[in-house]
Amino acid sequence: MTAPLLSVRDLKTYFVTPAGTARAVDGVSWELRPGETLAVVGESGSGKTVTSLSILRLIPEPPGHVLPGSLIEFEGRNLLTLSPPELRAVRGNGIAMVFQEPTVSLNPVFTVGDQIAEVARVHLGLSRVEARARAVEMLEQVGVPDAARRADEYPHQLSGGTCQRVMIAMALICHPKVLIADEPTTALDVTVQAQILELLERKQAELGMAVLLITHDLGIVAGVADRVAVMYGGQVVETAATRDLFAHPLHPYTAGLLASVPRLDGGRGRLSGIPGGVPPATAWPSGCRFHPRCPHAWDRCRTDEPPLLDGPAPGQSARCWLVTEPGRRKAT
Amino acid sequence: MFFSLAALAAPLVAPYDPAAQPGIVTLQDAPPSWAHPLGTDLYSADIWSRLVYGGRVSLGVGLLATLIALTVGVAVGATAGYARGWTDSLLMRAVDVGLAIPRIFVLLFVVTFWNRVSVGVLVLVIGLTGWFTMSRLVRAEALSIRERPFVEAARALGASPWRIISRHLLPAAAAPIIVSAALSVGNVMLLESGLSFLGFGVQPPTPSWGTMVADGQGQLATAPWTSFFPGLTIALVVMSWNAVGDALRDALDPRPEVS
Amino acid sequence: MSALVQVEGLVKHFPVRRGLFGLGAREVVRAVDGVSFEIPAGRTLALVGETGSGKTTVGRALLRLVEPTDGRFTFDGIDVFGLGSPELRALRRRMQVIFQDPSGSLNPRMTVGEAIAEPLVIHRLASRAERPARVTELLAEVGLDAGFAPRYPHELSGGQRQRVGIARALALRPQFLICDEPVTALDVSVQAQVLNLLKDLQQAHGLTYLFIAHDLAVVRNVADRVAVMYAGRIVEEAPVDRLYAAPRHPYTRSLLSAVPVPDPDAPRNRIVLSGDVPSPVSPPDGCRFHPRCPHPLKGERCAREAPELRDFGGDQRAACHFGEKPM
Repeated sequence: MTAPLLSVRDLKTYFVTPAGTARAVDGVSWELRPGETLAVVGESGSGKTVTSLSILRLIPEPPGHVLPGSLIEFEGRNLLTLSPPELRAVRGNGIAMVFQEPTVSLNPVFTVGDQIAEVARVHLGLSRVEARARAVEMLEQVGVPDAARRADEYPHQLSGGTCQRVMIAMALICHPKVLIADEPTTALDVTVQAQILELLERKQAELGMAVLLITHDLGIVAGVADRVAVMYGGQVVETAATRDLFAHPLHPYTAGLLASVPRLDGGRGRLSGIPGGVPPATAWPSGCRFHPRCPHAWDRCRTDEPPLLDGPAPGQSARCWLVTEPGRRKAT
Repeated sequence: MFFSLAALAAPLVAPYDPAAQPGIVTLQDAPPSWAHPLGTDLYSADIWSRLVYGGRVSLGVGLLATLIALTVGVAVGATAGYARGWTDSLLMRAVDVGLAIPRIFVLLFVVTFWNRVSVGVLVLVIGLTGWFTMSRLVRAEALSIRERPFVEAARALGASPWRIISRHLLPAAAAPIIVSAALSVGNVMLLESGLSFLGFGVQPPTPSWGTMVADGQGQLATAPWTSFFPGLTIALVVMSWNAVGDALRDALDPRPEVS
Repeated sequence: MSALVQVEGLVKHFPVRRGLFGLGAREVVRAVDGVSFEIPAGRTLALVGETGSGKTTVGRALLRLVEPTDGRFTFDGIDVFGLGSPELRALRRRMQVIFQDPSGSLNPRMTVGEAIAEPLVIHRLASRAERPARVTELLAEVGLDAGFAPRYPHELSGGQRQRVGIARALALRPQFLICDEPVTALDVSVQAQVLNLLKDLQQAHGLTYLFIAHDLAVVRNVADRVAVMYAGRIVEEAPVDRLYAAPRHPYTRSLLSAVPVPDPDAPRNRIVLSGDVPSPVSPPDGCRFHPRCPHPLKGERCAREAPELRDFGGDQRAACHFGEKPM
């Protein structure tokens, strides 16, 4: 078993708010191996975005802070203890990130060519001319037609899909080992989404990158991910290989999500949905955080918080007492 | 906040003290003492009382003139911003003209024209020369707010433009309007004080902080308190109005502080 | 019996000025360029498209939130575009809209109760005394309890806000509801709840829906009939089962293949389109889709002649020269 490239252990990121302490990420652990695609799935309030921002320490320090005792290890070094210059060397270089809203994440007053070139100059020490050439090359590689001309355009002149390609070019120009993609296609049309996903898959194979994909779309997960970590209430509630997750989800939340998704081949029947709503991060429920919405919950769920328990399939674990007491599962 | 409340309250509360009017010559220019906490001026009037009465005048001018500017400015700005098209263009050209004319000159012109200007006319003129900036502010707010989805929702429900402006646009634009209004009160008070200092504003014997500062000019060496206290008060009160503006704006926003 | 909603040749062009001071070439954004459809009472027509397809503009134009450039909209026999202001206001009681952005569409300074009561106030349907009861009734219909009335939108979750938006739209007891991407901004589990609610309400009140969306899986779940829009025109329309089983237009096929399926074992034969959606200011000549069209028979005719919507049986129409031989 290869050593993990990026591992997160017991990550806790809390925010101080007027309403109390929001425990947005409350003890999250997972590992990413070279060349693997791990999808972190969750809805709003699950903590998935805060997790990804915490890795590169992009959390605004007041009001947020990562608790000591959290560990984020990349290539053997703890990212949380690096000095600012060391951290800057990692950002964009070893670990790169792509965000959700491409048009907004780019600086509106610089041409896209300049922005991509800047990454190359900072991290690779290329001269202006060399960096510009690299930038145009990257634009071609990410499938932007007429790259040389596009490089001189500004973000507002480009479509959402093209902006996202620009962001990907910026992220990949230094051949990072890990790419964190935070909802990279959510703001895009479905046909453009298909293009971008196909691009990411291609580049991943070419560069041998590991990809951490944050998303809420189970369809994308099914098509792209090797492993999945489902988040709820600031915690990972299930991890599994993709096939296992879809075929036999252990955690009721995962099952609920799968049942809520309308299908292309489904009919017009009622969708199950999950009753209730996500609780605020300032007041997680006692015991298992999902218990108020869970159709199987019993007394133990209200009082004891379950740890991640290993399920029958290898590599699949769920934070649910049903794993140890499968008899309690009600027929739904 | 406290400062502003004190500045607000004192002028309103204190006037009910024994009246302050020019009095006995023998008490001229007395330094602060128990009988007269802030001293007396060259007319033997008690500075404290004059200050307090002067406050009513200065504050009154500030508030009323701002109110006029506010009303006209909001009406014009909201209409222009919501209606757009040629209504907007027409109104804004008028505003541009208004902004181009220097306010001080207009005021001085009016004052010299009329020789003796009552406080009421002063208020009116200051107010009517002051609404242009406010209208631009309101228009800018109106333009951006009218694009917000909830305004469209109101239109879809069949709301009339009047309702949309009063119920949706203005409450949403309230914050910058209020801050601007509070600043305006301070500015007007400064303006009035300046005019009065020059002799063009409020006429004696009505006290006003500006005139008081002017009166004390001649005695600066011997009785500095006659100018000092009014001057200090002007500065403090203007500052507190700015603070009041901030406080009001925060209080009116139903959303909690997002950290 | 004619349909409740009949739209013919709807056109909406937005003028765009280029150059300084408004001088210079006057260009036009052809947001909607000739759209026609019908919706029988009590049914749901889904209008599907991506950015730039014009689907949102269609919704706005029908309600006259933007004034249409051309076309006809007949609602229950009434010519909507010809109405004057007072009649239009009265008609608004029968046609309402639910917006995409649940937080944006509610005035942050109005309580939930005030927002829901607003239509009643505007149309004078309830006295001050009667309003709280009506508001409670409407809240119950959308599954929220009366305690929500004094709260502000920022205190509610996205799903709850959307329910409030629905309650507000229902206050006037409309017959026709335009749902403009009502679940796009919601999480999957909440989306399911709201979709179920919309279907229940349709049953209970016999509502007619125009459901504007871009998510084909959601549309599958709610629509009776689907119309696919591209670059301001309808390129295909059919009963829902037929569209998904046997699409005739290459764009429809690409769209369907691009939707990620939550099943790891599903075959992945994505038709990946190249290029971007055409500029609405200067759409391509002939068939607007032709520059990106992956149809093997695509030819010179496609660049020259814009195809009309042709009938392919089973109440299915598509605008493609090669509709008989779909990809």
